[in-house]
Amino acid sequence: MTQTGTAPARPAPAGTVARGRSWLGRGTPRRILVGALGVLALALLWELYILIGPADGVIVGGVTVLPRASEMAMPHLWVMLERILEPVTGSATAVPMWLAVLQASLFTLGISAVGWIVGVTVGLALALLMQRFTLAEAAILPWVILSQTVPLIALAPLVRRWGAQIEFGAFSWENWMSVALIASYLAFFPVSIGALKGLGSPDANHVDLMRCYAVGWWKTLWRLRLPASVGFLLPSLRLAAASAVIGSVVAEVSIGLRGGIGRLIVEYAGAAGSDPGKPWAPIFGSILVGLVAAGFVGLISLFLRRFRRGEVAS
Amino acid sequence: MTTAATPVQHAVAVTDVSRVFAGRKGASVTALDAVSLTVAPGEFVSLIGPSGCGKSTLMRLIADLDTPTSGSIEVFGKSAKQARIDQDYGIVFQQAGLLPWRTVAGNIELPLELHGADKAARRERAAELIELVGLTDFTAHYPDQLSGGMQQRVAIARSLAESPSLLLMDEPFGALDEMTRERMQNELVRICAETGAAVVFVTHSIPEAVFLSNRVVVMSPRPGRIRDVLGVNLGRMSDRGENLREDEEFFHSVSRVRELLHGSTPTGARGVENR
Repeated sequence: MTQTGTAPARPAPAGTVARGRSWLGRGTPRRILVGALGVLALALLWELYILIGPADGVIVGGVTVLPRASEMAMPHLWVMLERILEPVTGSATAVPMWLAVLQASLFTLGISAVGWIVGVTVGLALALLMQRFTLAEAAILPWVILSQTVPLIALAPLVRRWGAQIEFGAFSWENWMSVALIASYLAFFPVSIGALKGLGSPDANHVDLMRCYAVGWWKTLWRLRLPASVGFLLPSLRLAAASAVIGSVVAEVSIGLRGGIGRLIVEYAGAAGSDPGKPWAPIFGSILVGLVAAGFVGLISLFLRRFRRGEVAS
Repeated sequence: MTTAATPVQHAVAVTDVSRVFAGRKGASVTALDAVSLTVAPGEFVSLIGPSGCGKSTLMRLIADLDTPTSGSIEVFGKSAKQARIDQDYGIVFQQAGLLPWRTVAGNIELPLELHGADKAARRERAAELIELVGLTDFTAHYPDQLSGGMQQRVAIARSLAESPSLLLMDEPFGALDEMTRERMQNELVRICAETGAAVVFVTHSIPEAVFLSNRVVVMSPRPGRIRDVLGVNLGRMSDRGENLREDEEFFHSVSRVRELLHGSTPTGARGVENR
């Protein structure tokens, strides 16, 4: 929620309360530094545990409370990184690991993007419907919340089976569409909740003003409710992006779609016993997908900066 | 402009208006009880009274933000609803209510934009109004960069955007400090003289009501009624200035309103309308 302002071209006239900060001011380099330190701390913690942790873990009453610090269970970071640069398998035709992971990441990213777009569209549409009609809110909102309690694993085979029956003309349902649909099923939720809250956020004052201007619901929506909802919508969009990525990865596994990062995670996990660095490569890949998705939403929020100014009470 | 000699048509005509808010368990609150009031074109009328006397409710009824339980309200001979649709009035609330994502000019242009005025006309009108309220250096500023008084001036400019013949103001200076407040009153007097609009002004400050008004409507609470209407003879709007605050007649009127508010004087004294 950094508040940024347009830097005035000339010195601000006396009496101005200049609250705006240049967006590349002291804040940004500091934030990057702190973020990097956080990652570094995590890496150090990992290596520290490998160093001092017991090789067989700590077992209390038959329950493992601390993990084993053996090289198989917790490979060193440099083992993971080295492994990424090597070929996937020992065969002569094998591509480098990083390339395989990157391709799978792109594949999953594409599906997530489709899921995100569908989810955001549906979420916004539901929010608008609920904002417009109180009855719709009473009828839909409980179902929206209930929808998220259905386990993804239960849903995936259903979606796949139903999808397989859809076929008209040149169009036939593909497996990746099932994955995207499940991703959108996770993504629509935060958007519909956030947008509903945002659309209802304008002050009574502002709503009264629109009534005084005798403008209808659509104009009020466009000029008042939508701009006012941006502050609520952006965190929702970010959540939706993360959900879409998670949804894609999990759905790839449960539907059995090849080519994505989810499949790679399951496939490489089997190699953990002999090749401890291998399972980590697709995990890093999925982090990459998440970062790109979050960055994309960050880009959107950059364009919507203007709508995130707060009116400061006198 | 002070007194319309033969008012062909009232700016506002409130006849026998009651507003009852239904409470829980059948309990109801009578916010306004059989209130009648007329405002002539170009006249400045203040509604004053303790909280709960229904002065804001009355203003909301005139603005058609609420509908009376009984009685009728006409604005320029039309129903309140029609007057709202025709944009016959401009309105200012206690909170400036500016859209934070719009600049000063953007906020003032908002009503024009909503009603389909073309860009050039909007620009021109906004520039005019910004000059009128003395914010020329702040055209491209956002509301969070302005002080409370400046925000309220923008709100006033916005209310004047479509040159309404009636201004409804609900404690517009209520949130401002005393010095800013007096300066804003001086400016409002000047703006009213320049635009010639009738004003219904809700306030709980006695000096403010007296300084600004042609007539002061004193209201009493539970149920909201008009206790008395006091004519203020302080001369034409355009002649009112800072000196007026030390004028004999000003003090006299202030104490009259105070007496009426506290209900300690015999009725039937000087009110223009007695009831």
